[in-house]
Amino acid sequence: MEYFLQQLINGITLGSIYGLIAIGYTMVYGIIGMINFAHGDVFMVGGFIALIAFLALVAIGVTAIPVALFLVLLIAMALTALYGWAIERIAYRPLRQSFRLAPLISAIGMSIILQNYIQIVQGAGAKPLPRLIEGGHTLIDSEAFAVRLSNIQIIVVLTTFVLMVAFSWLVAKTRLGRDMRACEQDLKMASLVGVNVDRTISLTFLIGAALAAVAGIMYLLYYGVVDFYIGFVAGVKAFTAAVLGGIGSLPGAMLGGILIGLIETFWSAYFTIEYKDVAAFSILIVVLIFLPTGILGRPEVEKV
Amino acid sequence: MNTQAATRKPLLATALKDATLAALVAFGLFGLLIGLRTGLGPNAALVLTTRFEELAIVVAVVFAGSLLRSLLFGRGPLMAGRFKPLLESRAARIIRRLAVPALFALAICWPLLTYHNRYLLDLGILVLTYVMLGWGLNIVVGLAGLLDLGYVAFYAVGAYSYALLAQNFELSFWICLPVAGILAAFWGVLLGFPVLRLRGDYLAIVTLAFGEIIRLVLTNWQSFTGGPNGIGNIPRPSFFGLPFNEEEDGFAAFFGLEFSSIHRIVFLFYVILALALITNWVTLRLRRLPVGRAWEAMREDEIACRALGINTTNTKLTAFAMGAMFAGIAGSFFATRQGFISPESFTFNESALVLAIVVLGGMGSQVGIAIAALAMLGGFELFRGLDQYRMLVFGAAMVVIMLWRPRGLVSTREPSLHLPKPEPSKGAA
Repeated sequence: MEYFLQQLINGITLGSIYGLIAIGYTMVYGIIGMINFAHGDVFMVGGFIALIAFLALVAIGVTAIPVALFLVLLIAMALTALYGWAIERIAYRPLRQSFRLAPLISAIGMSIILQNYIQIVQGAGAKPLPRLIEGGHTLIDSEAFAVRLSNIQIIVVLTTFVLMVAFSWLVAKTRLGRDMRACEQDLKMASLVGVNVDRTISLTFLIGAALAAVAGIMYLLYYGVVDFYIGFVAGVKAFTAAVLGGIGSLPGAMLGGILIGLIETFWSAYFTIEYKDVAAFSILIVVLIFLPTGILGRPEVEKV
Repeated sequence: MNTQAATRKPLLATALKDATLAALVAFGLFGLLIGLRTGLGPNAALVLTTRFEELAIVVAVVFAGSLLRSLLFGRGPLMAGRFKPLLESRAARIIRRLAVPALFALAICWPLLTYHNRYLLDLGILVLTYVMLGWGLNIVVGLAGLLDLGYVAFYAVGAYSYALLAQNFELSFWICLPVAGILAAFWGVLLGFPVLRLRGDYLAIVTLAFGEIIRLVLTNWQSFTGGPNGIGNIPRPSFFGLPFNEEEDGFAAFFGLEFSSIHRIVFLFYVILALALITNWVTLRLRRLPVGRAWEAMREDEIACRALGINTTNTKLTAFAMGAMFAGIAGSFFATRQGFISPESFTFNESALVLAIVVLGGMGSQVGIAIAALAMLGGFELFRGLDQYRMLVFGAAMVVIMLWRPRGLVSTREPSLHLPKPEPSKGAA
């Protein structure tokens, strides 16, 4: 029971990170219907920017960790958002009227570019960072097993929760959110009723990348290491999460992320760690057999 | 002249403004990542070193590039829609008619031209392998319109089928080749079943997941597949029972030739050429059969297809099975050529490369796919000197070609059916 509880905590933490990345996929997919394949690598770039920003802040004398982390959060979100914007502008916008596969190929190309760019400018080795946030709480201390909830896990889950609430509010209540929902329904119609479609799509990429940057920071703090290849695996998992939850649906992305996190953690804990990804992907396939549009996805209405 | 002078000045001003903005964005993008480099310090902690010269160069290049672009092309979109289809004019049509025989003749003569250059001969084999994979995937993506991101899984199934059958049962290459094809087709149907109800991008992620599952199982099932170490010493094919060696009963001795290791490579070249041509021939024939017509109809409109009484289930499954079969055959060829396979050869990048070849080739155009494979792999080899920048250039090429020609290099596919009075076609999606 204690062991189970511990895995539950670990799984939810991991799932929160996947969920944050998955939101970027699901929003872009909802609005322009393309798989932004480079999104996983944007997450990786976010992690790198956070790492370098942190080291630079320490170098110029900002050593108080809470202050430094807050600044890192702002810097990484801003600069990664800039990456998201630039990628959309360069590689996707010219292809918006094009046929379905063209932006996908362009996105795969972008993903290769980002991976190799980071590998060239920052080296191929893993970048370790000492644990910045220490400590935690022991929830249950039985003689067999102590269930621990570390501070970093609390921070990851809380940050994710706050961002989710803020983001849901943004989509539901603000002008921008209304524009986004309008674009999701019909791009052409939205532009006819005065929605600035280009601007809305740009902002969507910007916000998605900023959330991916937060995920990158959380990953860096939780695992204490980044390398140029983390983007691919995390990206595939997050996209799996988005599809599992029902692509285009925000709560679905979060739910899917947490489910994938839980599946992975429990599989590693109770079965074999080597096959954890196989388990996550197999469950995706099984779920889609019975729910072809994901758990919270709306069934597509086919019109002739 | 006056008007030109009048428009020139604001143009320069806006160009400067745009360039400054672009430089600022570039500074934001590259400031931390290029300007500072993380490296491991003495006690395994990360230390930063500065690289401001490189940063300044990159930002300056972006500034100059943006300025030049605005002055030369104006502010409009640079790429999309600016270029007419390459093969439109009369002269181009003649070139296009000659392209197929020319490519075919080049392929036939390639081993003669490169007999003394092992490197070019190997490159030829590599290109033909990808041409075959491209033509195979084209059945799924180009004809049936099903987006498959895990095509490499079937390639892996074929390669491992041959390697394991040959090692455990000592079956010859020529027996294993169809067996590998059938096994891969079986896996294709197996993947096909769960995805029958899925549409578009759900299908894409499931195929991607399937590819990853196959790779992870190959990596982790140590006792069966050798795990990450792969399988070595895979038997080489023989020429109708004549092995390529220096023995009395070898190929060279039988034909009274002096032994040379290049004979085997030339033989392999013609094997893959034949396999690729068979793939092409089968595809062209299938397009004229009811099942091929059904594939293309399904790509255009699945609902209309069902309304016409076409069984979309069978149509999808046959498309997956046919595509997978050719990948399996190509895979067992790959295994026998390399003599060694490991899961490293079957990553997502391979799927992406083959898909890129199909899309760049114009989705459904057989010649286009051959040209795209030649361009991608040839270009990739040309940039071998660039070393670590090679993949970067490769990715950039994918993006640039898509921006330049979103419908692929050869975007005019011969329609399968001709109407008596051809109407202006809307183009396939």
